[in-house]
Amino acid sequence: MRAAFRGLVGVAVLLLLWELLSNSDLVPPGYIPPPTVIGATLVRLLLDGVFVYDVIASVLAWAIALGVAIAVAVPLGLVLGSVPAVRRATRTVVELMRPIPSVAMIPLAILLFGGGPEAKIVLAVYASVWPILFNTIYALDELDEQLVDTARAFGTSKPRIMATVALPSAAPFVMTGIRTAAAIALIVVVSTELLAGATLGLGQFILTASSGGGRMDLVFAGTVVAGLIGYLVNAGLEWVQRRFFAWGARTGETV
Amino acid sequence: MRRLRSAASGWIVLLVLVVLWETATRIAGSLYFPPPSQIAETARQMWFSGPVSSLFLTDVVFEDLFASVARMLGGWAIAGVLGVALGVLLGRSATAMDYCGPIISFLRAIPPPTLVPVFLALFTLGTPMQLATIVFGTIWPILLNSVDGARSVDETKTETARAFRVSTVDWIFGVVLPAASPKIFAGLRISLSLSLVLMVISELVGSTEGIGYRLLYSQRQYDFPAMWASIVLLGVLGFLFNTGLSAIERRVLAWQPAHRQAALAAGTGA
Repeated sequence: MRAAFRGLVGVAVLLLLWELLSNSDLVPPGYIPPPTVIGATLVRLLLDGVFVYDVIASVLAWAIALGVAIAVAVPLGLVLGSVPAVRRATRTVVELMRPIPSVAMIPLAILLFGGGPEAKIVLAVYASVWPILFNTIYALDELDEQLVDTARAFGTSKPRIMATVALPSAAPFVMTGIRTAAAIALIVVVSTELLAGATLGLGQFILTASSGGGRMDLVFAGTVVAGLIGYLVNAGLEWVQRRFFAWGARTGETV
Repeated sequence: MRRLRSAASGWIVLLVLVVLWETATRIAGSLYFPPPSQIAETARQMWFSGPVSSLFLTDVVFEDLFASVARMLGGWAIAGVLGVALGVLLGRSATAMDYCGPIISFLRAIPPPTLVPVFLALFTLGTPMQLATIVFGTIWPILLNSVDGARSVDETKTETARAFRVSTVDWIFGVVLPAASPKIFAGLRISLSLSLVLMVISELVGSTEGIGYRLLYSQRQYDFPAMWASIVLLGVLGFLFNTGLSAIERRVLAWQPAHRQAALAAGTGA
């Protein structure tokens, strides 16, 4: 309770300082609009339908990308993590592919897919597969041998051990990977819109606002919405992790 | 022997894939997907056909590669110093963290590219804007991991240090930082791969030199082998930086019994 109150005080102080700063002579007028102006712009934008469509387009692309990434990375991670021969054979390829930043492929994706939603979804899938894949593989490395042996002693079949022993034990790690992937996917979706000039989306909105006449209040309003989406997504996934995967003693690192 | 064989099997699979890629692209004959041999030839001409005096490196290497890497590492270093300093301060004071926590959670949730227009307006086009983008995007993992690390100093060490009236400087550099170092390294590693991503983004938006600029330039010139060469170069850079940092981490944290745990990172290029 006290922490929440202090948090609110912190936010209020920051907004107040910002308001004072942007009304002072320290920054050139118009570059950093005060929070009151941004707030008013934001309310107007949310009431006006077009901006909401941009937000929905971005969130939808993000959700599809994350869903596809989970569907690809978790089964792949289970195979790579439990069959050493496959993992050894693919290690070099994986280690060489993983560091290629997906934003480096933005120019290629624009050529192949144009300005539609496919480009940003494909790129976001590519970027968000890795954290999920690696967390799944690491999780299987940490799998308690004793649990597997016990299950095997009771005559449990291999696929069933996979589903009822390995997967639950790996789930908290996988969830950490999904949280990382969610943040990365949002960055990639918005950057692709921003750089590729998509037809619809939050990044596209910010691009238009900044290039035509430099309406910084619109840019900031779009940024605040992007931040809010990211914040809510992370808070939501954190809640899911605490609520449903509480048995994982270690949930990996802070990202 | 077994390790040797496993490494060999990895390279064989890679070789097979490259051969498949070469054959497929030759058969398909797509303009967008040049065969790897052509990409390699273009890369050689672009970067390694210079005079002997500069180790065969061309001017492009000095103009683009060095400029990009310098900005990337510069931004990462600034974020590292700021992030660790702020993180250790906030980590040792629960009250300060209460006040700043929500602000930090919100700021780190902002996708950094959305702030590029703001930085473009505030700073001049080029290095200052790019540094600002990289620092803003990479500071959060370092900051949050430092907070976590600084909090994890165990009770016995705290009590012992207090009993011996250890000076503040010794307390921070001798006790808190070493205890926090595995976490700090985990943060630094995530940020390093992020800084590569943000370097590319900032160069795609507003730059007249650098790998990102070269990438976009070749796309606009329909020079697809050159575009692919830049993509491969970025992958190689990411691989080298990650391997380098892992080596440093192993050396610096060799004394830490639990360091494998923290190294269990999902460092990735977004």
